[in-house]
Amino acid sequence: MTVASIAGTTVHVDAEGFLTEYDEWSEYLAVQLAAGIGIELTDAHWKPLRFLREDFRAEGQTATLRRVSTLGGIPIKELFALFPGKPAKKMAYIAGLPKPHGCV
Amino acid sequence: MQRLVILGGGTAGTMVANKLRRRLGNADWQITVVDHDDDHLYQPGLLWVPFGDIEAEQIVKPRQRFLPGGVDLVLGEIERVDADANAVVLAGGRHLPYDYLVIATGVSPRPDQTPGMLGAEWRRSIFDFYTLDGATALREALASFDGGRLVVHITDMPIKCPVAPLEFTFLADAYFRGRGMRDRVEIVYVTPLPGAFTKPIAAAHLGSMLDDRKVVVEPDFMVERIDTDTKTLVSYDEREVPFDLLVTVPLNMGADFVARSGLGDELNLVPVDKHTLLSTRHANVFALGDASNIPTSKAGSVAHFSVEVFADNFCQHIAGKAMTASFDGHANCFVESGDGKGLLIDFNYDTEPLTGTYPLPIVGPFALLQESARNHWGKLAFRWMYWHLLLPGRRIPLPAHMSMAGKHLPVKEPQS
Repeated sequence: MTVASIAGTTVHVDAEGFLTEYDEWSEYLAVQLAAGIGIELTDAHWKPLRFLREDFRAEGQTATLRRVSTLGGIPIKELFALFPGKPAKKMAYIAGLPKPHGCV
Repeated sequence: MQRLVILGGGTAGTMVANKLRRRLGNADWQITVVDHDDDHLYQPGLLWVPFGDIEAEQIVKPRQRFLPGGVDLVLGEIERVDADANAVVLAGGRHLPYDYLVIATGVSPRPDQTPGMLGAEWRRSIFDFYTLDGATALREALASFDGGRLVVHITDMPIKCPVAPLEFTFLADAYFRGRGMRDRVEIVYVTPLPGAFTKPIAAAHLGSMLDDRKVVVEPDFMVERIDTDTKTLVSYDEREVPFDLLVTVPLNMGADFVARSGLGDELNLVPVDKHTLLSTRHANVFALGDASNIPTSKAGSVAHFSVEVFADNFCQHIAGKAMTASFDGHANCFVESGDGKGLLIDFNYDTEPLTGTYPLPIVGPFALLQESARNHWGKLAFRWMYWHLLLPGRRIPLPAHMSMAGKHLPVKEPQS
């Protein structure tokens, strides 16, 4: 774990730059994180991001795309359009949550 | 007389019945196990079925044989749980009232959840190996496969035994080499995750295992449908992976009665406290084994360790005391890697699989995150342990909580 400075805020991140402390995240920070990977956040982006934040607080793990789709009411196709290529990883990165992982 | 009803006579349910029957007096407690059939399947054995290395009779035995005297086995379909009335309702209308309920009905592969999977190509060029029927049918398909593109595919997480698709891939590589036709088989590994290995230390040590075996990885692939005319996996972002032979892990879901009873999440998994396995909604309902939503692997190992913790807690809970034992998400899995070798991984909620050794008197130590023949023999020996020690709830010298003994601590990156 290392310490990084993003837009003047000091946060803890892992080797890939994912925030490791849930409470160090802010919406302001999310805008900067998104801009860093070429995404300008709109209302459509915020809906799944806010769902992910709330869901993680309750469940202790990052929701799968299927869960965002079923419970958050956002079709998986739309998630791919909003966060091209790797929506699960990109959403977790912007939302300050661990990326989806297996056991190895 | 108090009544404990256990739904599911698989790994978790059978262990619970054995452990609690010893602790709860016959005069005070009635224990009932409900399952839809009397076939207890040793699920880790399914991995070897497609390669002809194990027979069905070695991995299926009557459930009744592993339940102790004083436990009733009821065979029937579970219609629903009426948690407000504390009763299980079976198809046909029979009611089983309970004081405490354990849901241990696991998860099942659901090919019906992906359009095209159960179409014309199911069990012709599309197979699963998490069912005995599927694994047996796949054995014929592999035997008659004369080359082409073999695609190993995971629909979505979570799945039972998340390393099994990797193990299948390693064994398939070895199998086709053994038949002298590996150069005629292209193997592709398709996963919804960012890669085949996603934990940093495992990735650093094992990352080359698929490259070395000339397996192509297609990461971040969320299947939307299967086009059976062209035999192609199609993703939500319109990527296509054609196959000649598809070995897929369909979406895993908890039992449908969980949904009908209003007890599940979107995958019919029962939300529980991850340290006590107690339902978040009902103070007399627990979910053990794969049936719960705890954030660790769905694996027999997790069922085993969590049942040990649960058995202590349950006795406190029914006495009206606070539950003092806490499950740490511990799992301990042998990973077959082909050619008579295997790996061992040991981890919990907070600690990813690390390198080092796993100490065990006499038969150990086992190498962690490293291929060795001893790990392979450990995996084979486990089948005997499962039937004779694990299911009957006997003591096995494997601590329920993860230990750091023998593990190499990751070197901390310098603070910047």
